[in-house]
Amino acid sequence: MLITTPNLTPADEFYETLLAAHEDLSQEQSVAFNARLVLVLANHIGDLTILSEALDVVEETAKPAE
Amino acid sequence: MGKIFETPLYAYEKSADQSADNPARHPVIVIGAGPVGLAAAVDLAQADIPVVVVDDNDKVSSGSRAICFAKRPLEILDRLGCGQVMVDKGVIWNTGKVFFDEHQVFQFDLQPDGVHQRPAFINLQQYYLEQYLVERLRVLQAEGKPIEIRGRNKVTALEQTDDHVSLTLETPDGPYQIKADWVIACDGANSPVRSMMQLDFDGRVFEDNFLIADVVMEAQFPAERWFWFDPPFNRNQSALLHKQPDGVWRIDLQLGWDIDKEKEKRPENVIPRLKAMLGEDAKFELEWVSIYTFQCRRMEKFRHNRVLFAGDSAHQVSPFGARGANSGFQDTDNLCWKLKLVIEGKASEKLLDSYDIERVYGAEENILNSTRSTDFITPKSDISKVFRNAVLDLSAKYEFARPLVNSGRLSVPCIYDTSPLNGENEDGFPANLRPGASAIDAPLKDGWLLEKLGGCFQLLTIDAYAPNTIDVDGIMIERLALDKTDSLATRYLGNNASAVYLMRPDQHVVARWTTFDEEKIREALNRAIARI
Repeated sequence: MLITTPNLTPADEFYETLLAAHEDLSQEQSVAFNARLVLVLANHIGDLTILSEALDVVEETAKPAE
Repeated sequence: MGKIFETPLYAYEKSADQSADNPARHPVIVIGAGPVGLAAAVDLAQADIPVVVVDDNDKVSSGSRAICFAKRPLEILDRLGCGQVMVDKGVIWNTGKVFFDEHQVFQFDLQPDGVHQRPAFINLQQYYLEQYLVERLRVLQAEGKPIEIRGRNKVTALEQTDDHVSLTLETPDGPYQIKADWVIACDGANSPVRSMMQLDFDGRVFEDNFLIADVVMEAQFPAERWFWFDPPFNRNQSALLHKQPDGVWRIDLQLGWDIDKEKEKRPENVIPRLKAMLGEDAKFELEWVSIYTFQCRRMEKFRHNRVLFAGDSAHQVSPFGARGANSGFQDTDNLCWKLKLVIEGKASEKLLDSYDIERVYGAEENILNSTRSTDFITPKSDISKVFRNAVLDLSAKYEFARPLVNSGRLSVPCIYDTSPLNGENEDGFPANLRPGASAIDAPLKDGWLLEKLGGCFQLLTIDAYAPNTIDVDGIMIERLALDKTDSLATRYLGNNASAVYLMRPDQHVVARWTTFDEEKIREALNRAIARI
């Protein structure tokens, strides 16, 4: 089961670290960085059911195309 | 291009059928003398089923074409009596290396689990494979087996009734007619038979061109499959290198979609591409150049009453994974024993529907794998390229990313998990030999296990009792009694102390138990020939 309640503490520190990692990157580099990040995290999770649930959450919250 | 391409391998000879008052009738006619058609013919003739092969050509195919032959097809060719000559001539390989940009990111071993008679792959030009199959056919003829090959016999019309198929053949001496109880259409991806029958062949087209160059050179590369993503010598594209016999190297370069094919094929354009890869000073001669595009598609059904499609005529995949010719051999391996039982009146035509079920399942597996490989190798959107490169960037240092690298999921035997022919599967045995799987070879005191399997139904017993033969209403099951060895224990027993495997004539597992029970075996046999 994908955890969708707060689970990341301390939240602010993670967020700051994430932004810092992207700070000097171009748009293109950031996209590539995120792709590698997704792959690293997906391997750590290692469960296709949970990953599919995560994809559903992301799809569900997407803004409609303008 | 040498003599082999110019000399007829099965020259036209006028057949008595051409002057017959009424069309001659044959049990089986195979259309197409490529690797798959020849394998079908040899398989049937070995089993004493009369067969005639017809082809509009009379020579081997031009150019090396299919070159990678996998372990399972080699085992099938062993059963057809010509595996050894292929392996003796071929270049044996088990290792693949993957490069990204300028560096190797990883390598894989396709045969990691110990000793087998056959390697994971050999590379052999298709023309040698065809030549050796025709030589095998000639040996069978000399032994008096009922097999015939007719060159320059082109099928121009085909008509099917409930009990036979009528063919019109065009020859240098004019047309003639012939009848067959069964037709196996092995006439390739552009199958004229499929067109004559107005059958669909739908699937996905990939918008990409690949240049194949076979070059003759003295080179020190090892006998391995080398695959490059985005190499310096072919930026933003892929490349593949294979070693073939006779100092021939296969180089496969992705070119992209918007190209002028005729221009790219000219030596003055090919040679600079090859020099960029091999070095300015490399000495090589071009043997064969071709540009191909590909599709992943299959016929909806492989059986159309008395016409059975096998090989590329029935299904087509991208070349990444060597799943084309290799799956064609698995088609005829699956079909021929069934057709024999039907022709001999020992099984009903319903058994042939299982050919359709099992090999459509195999084709789907091949299409799925080859489509996934193609999507990885030639990303179709910006973001799919971002993910592809993310995988490659991670894979050099981090092991976890390597299974995601997809330079082709190489041909492995299909396990017919959903087959209606499968029987019982007791607990505790190795999962990879479950009902539907093909036998896994193992060394024995006096040779190899697969040498003793195939051609009829068999009971393979390991440290278990069974009678030497069982007659199930006209079908004989023969026992192959083995004593436990380390490799048999690992590959066939798992957690069990003994085993009784019911094996099909194509070396696939029907059912398995720990001990002999005649009633269960009779039921499994009847299921395996679609009697129940």
